[in-house]
Amino acid sequence: MSVAIELKDITKTFGSVVANDNVCLKVDRGEILSILGENGSGKTTLMNMIAGIYFPDHGQIFIDGEEVVIRSPKDAFRYKIGMIHQHFKLVDVFTATENIILGLEDQGKYNLKKAAQRVKEISEQYGFEIDPMKKIYEMSVSEKQTVEIIKVLYRGADILILDEPTAVLTPQETQKLFAVLRKMRDSGKAIIIITHKLHEVLSLSDKVSVLCKGKYVGTVNTAETNENQLTEMMVGKKVTLNIDRSEPKNCEKRLEVCDVSCMNREGVKLLDDVSFTAYSGEILGIAGIAGSGQRELLEAIAGLQHISEGDIYYHNPKTGTTDDLRDKTPLEIRELGVRLSFVPEDRLGMGLVGNMDIVDNMMLRSYRRGKGMFLERKKPKSLAEDIIKQLEVVTPSANTPVRRLSGGNVQKVLVGREIASSPTVLMAAYPVRGLDINSSYTIYNLLNQQKDKGVAVIFVGEDLDVLLELCDRIVVIGSGRITGIVDARTTTKEEIGLLMTKTEAYKEDKAHENA
Amino acid sequence: MKTHDKAHEPLLHIVKRSAPVWWRAWLIRVIAVVAALIFSGVISFLLTGKNPIEIYATMLDGAFGTERRIWNLFQALAMLLCVSLAVTPAFKMRFWNIGAEGQALIGGFAAAACMLKIGDALPNYLLIPLMIICSVVAGAVWAVIPAFFKAKWGTNETLFTLMMNYIAIQLVSYFVQIWAVPAGSGKIGTINPNTMAGWLPEIFGQKYLLNIIIVVALTVLMYIYLKYSKHGYEISVVGESENTARYIGINVKKVILRTMLLSGAICGIAGLLLVAGTDHSITGDTVAGRGFTAIMVSWLAKFNPIYMIVTSFIIVFLQKGAGEIATTLGLNHAFSDIITGIIIFFIIGSEFFINYSIKFREKEAQTK
Amino acid sequence: MIAAFIQRAIMQGIPLLFGSTGEIITEKSGHLNLGIPGIMYVGGISGVIGSFFYQHSVEQMNPVLAVLIPFGCSLLGSLLMGLIYCFLTVTLRANQNVTGLALTTFGIGVGNFFGGSLTKLSGTGATSIELTQASIYFKTTFPFADKLGWVGTIFFSYGFMVYLAVIIALVAAYVLKRTRIGLQLRAVGENPATADAAGINVNRYKYVATCAGSMIAGLGGLYYVVDYMGVWSNDGFGDRGWLAIALVIFAVWRPNVGILGSFLFGGLYIVHTYIQIPGFGIAEQELFKMLPYVVTIIVLVVTSIREKRESQPPASLGLAYFREER
Repeated sequence: MSVAIELKDITKTFGSVVANDNVCLKVDRGEILSILGENGSGKTTLMNMIAGIYFPDHGQIFIDGEEVVIRSPKDAFRYKIGMIHQHFKLVDVFTATENIILGLEDQGKYNLKKAAQRVKEISEQYGFEIDPMKKIYEMSVSEKQTVEIIKVLYRGADILILDEPTAVLTPQETQKLFAVLRKMRDSGKAIIIITHKLHEVLSLSDKVSVLCKGKYVGTVNTAETNENQLTEMMVGKKVTLNIDRSEPKNCEKRLEVCDVSCMNREGVKLLDDVSFTAYSGEILGIAGIAGSGQRELLEAIAGLQHISEGDIYYHNPKTGTTDDLRDKTPLEIRELGVRLSFVPEDRLGMGLVGNMDIVDNMMLRSYRRGKGMFLERKKPKSLAEDIIKQLEVVTPSANTPVRRLSGGNVQKVLVGREIASSPTVLMAAYPVRGLDINSSYTIYNLLNQQKDKGVAVIFVGEDLDVLLELCDRIVVIGSGRITGIVDARTTTKEEIGLLMTKTEAYKEDKAHENA
Repeated sequence: MKTHDKAHEPLLHIVKRSAPVWWRAWLIRVIAVVAALIFSGVISFLLTGKNPIEIYATMLDGAFGTERRIWNLFQALAMLLCVSLAVTPAFKMRFWNIGAEGQALIGGFAAAACMLKIGDALPNYLLIPLMIICSVVAGAVWAVIPAFFKAKWGTNETLFTLMMNYIAIQLVSYFVQIWAVPAGSGKIGTINPNTMAGWLPEIFGQKYLLNIIIVVALTVLMYIYLKYSKHGYEISVVGESENTARYIGINVKKVILRTMLLSGAICGIAGLLLVAGTDHSITGDTVAGRGFTAIMVSWLAKFNPIYMIVTSFIIVFLQKGAGEIATTLGLNHAFSDIITGIIIFFIIGSEFFINYSIKFREKEAQTK
Repeated sequence: MIAAFIQRAIMQGIPLLFGSTGEIITEKSGHLNLGIPGIMYVGGISGVIGSFFYQHSVEQMNPVLAVLIPFGCSLLGSLLMGLIYCFLTVTLRANQNVTGLALTTFGIGVGNFFGGSLTKLSGTGATSIELTQASIYFKTTFPFADKLGWVGTIFFSYGFMVYLAVIIALVAAYVLKRTRIGLQLRAVGENPATADAAGINVNRYKYVATCAGSMIAGLGGLYYVVDYMGVWSNDGFGDRGWLAIALVIFAVWRPNVGILGSFLFGGLYIVHTYIQIPGFGIAEQELFKMLPYVVTIIVLVVTSIREKRESQPPASLGLAYFREER
């Protein structure tokens, strides 16, 4: 079999971050290659360079043995490379066919019927089930994905790249997709699939290439490997970070999440029967592949996400009462006396208002305080100044719009504000994402201080090394289900890595919990 | 690797400025206004053949030439500013209320109806408060209808408020025909010319002084409301990011309705001032396009009531000045609209250069 | 009499039809052009200026030139307006609503200013510009129209611009729905990022659609002045520009629906002169003029409640597109 595409020593940097470091890759025609790696290991960046979205700093790309330069998506099409992105690029009010032929110039007379016929042919050839005249907005996610794949095939692609295609699919849909992909392989196409689900890798692909933190780890034949070997390659060697971790003290039940489920608009379960307990004085980590339901979980607790089933109980340490937070708005939760702080993933789009200055952002939580209709800016101002001083926020003044601060400083402002209201529960989603080392340690220290004060801290993270050294217990979440709850002091990266890629639910031992 | 040539990169590259410097922003705006004035001067010269200096002198004369002209200028400024104040809270919330024309007209109509129908029955000290209530309520109702549909079903507010303008205009035209003074004339002349019932009182013998004082007070209040009140803060948060508003527990629908009630109420006051404080009459054209001009005034001032004094002054000055040119040269008064349009084009165009910077390829290559 | 009513209704509706067809094409590219009323004034006055100077420069007017000169001038005038709007909103990414309203102020100003000044130039002292000669050519219709009774009155009694308006609307409907260009234009208005990724030149589509839309809308002004009225009078065009924007919503962004809609709106505008019931006078006519707007709001509300995707405004209407902000 001939080599369809080969990458040699591809390097790409964004600013000071090395996304890909001398990566090599090879795919034959009639072969499925999986690219395995954790979040941020550079898989998507690498594929975007083949698809003409990014341009490599250094390295070579060969198609059918000849060196090529791919500058734009159009160039990629010329080399018959088609990429199916994670975020679909479709016009909602158009039919499948209309989306498929959008932007094609050279097909002679405009004839939707003929195009629809061709779409049908392609679907039949590979076993897709699609109505060419169906509108995108009436489609399920898997149908939309099918449209994206046909769009690429319609343009004659014979090298296909799929970026985490199964992330949005149900197991049945995944099986169907795999059947189609195998058919394509058998018809001689080269297929590259990005994923981090190990069992999928093992069941589908012929070869696996593993990336870890931007570096190429190696390629193995699927037939000659197993889950443990792949996990080891994927998570890499354990790195010691030296985060101070104290023993949890005075642990009391603070927040109980009981059998919580919630759905998106299409009725797909984002959270499926999730249960766990957060204790005061400990840091509870939440690990999982990005998009496995972490955001929904935190938003459900904060009162921002509708819960279809289950309850969330808060044990109030002051009054000793227990309140159900289900179906309560954020305001109602506050009025119950629940001191819940939340550092959301989207800092400038949700946690802060980019165009407002630091003082006004301090008021987001507290502006309702005080009688009368006017704002009280004195306290927020002194709070802003305290945070700037204590957390060493680099800013011209407290009256600078937060949009102009660097990422680390934005995060310090946000975390500082959330901690200032002396919470009993502190939730933080990816609080160190995009931060430099020093800022990251500032945040770790703040979380540890809160823990020592008796706060129940919930930390959603992506770096397993950090989770292992910072947290006391780690809840692992996969596809909206809890796949395991482990002791961070005794577990290993490999164990968490395996749990992350599992989809079967794990039920916490109730007896153990009550002990 | 072949070469890292960037042949496909366009010559001009547009980048969003991350941190606009305030003085540069103002410098660009001042340049835009000056350029617009020069351009208008050239246009005037081409059309009239007069020397541009003379044209500017005529404009100044038209605006400030006599005491009466100065009063008229400030009256016009006050009226435009009043409507602009009204639309500002809605815009700050990113609610495109382009229905100020109709809201103000309905407010004015409510006042006129009171003057016509019960003007003789009530003394002024009862009539005028009643008129104020009616105007405020009428304007608020007119504004809250589109807001309700926006909050409930997401109905496009730009188009809805726009349509509401013409419903108001036709409604008023209908009543103007029915209540025509004198009957059958097809228009309402001066209302209660003898009793002056419902006329806002003159202060210090100045017809317009009360209007101006009210608008000055409104400007200050609106500035305080937007900047220092909890409501104003909520408006800013909703306008900047609905997600953040949700996150901190603001009821977005309630804020939309409340803000539009306020917006409409101030429009109602503007209508009252136009009818009871200025014209003492009403037609479908009483608001005279101020509802639309106000949108530009508010937007150009970045929704800041204090800056709005400046922007509405620029527009009123141009209208009066260009009107004077038209009068002295026997040209049509629409000349002032042309000049207004030109200056607005320049200012809105200049915003681009404040928010974005243009990089040339060569320059970028050098820095690398 | 019914035939005469329909005839008048159609003639009233034609300016709206030109305006709404132009605006639909513009909105399909994602631009809400509130400058349409101004553009229609400019389209009208440009034709008038062309006609006026032609009339005064020759002894005897050539019928073909008497039509072509105003026609060309009108297109040119509205094209310039469209270019101003595009430059500000597409290239400089200015706010569309503010730009549109400024354009309307400017356009109505231009119309009324030149309307007024031309009268002065003509030296007659009249308040309006007579376009009698050109108007006759524009109004030329089928010679057999009056021999066909009511069929002739309803279908064949108009000047060529009436048929042109209908043809343009039909062509626009066809192009939007059935051609590749239409598909790509709709994609630009719905989701410019997707269109961009598919290799469509988003800005070129926006420019061409907005300018073409402006030119079509401008013809509405021209028709009103030279055919329907035969005379320019300041502010004579009234609020028909806004009515054209209302018609866009009423027609749920479909030019072919706009044809019937325009006749309906035209009928509502003049129906009062045909209804002979006691107590129905000049006052009630104002209420009838309100109807198109009321109907439009109902359509707007109903479509937003039903959430039927096809009858919603283009998804990215009113938003500037900047590739690097994705």
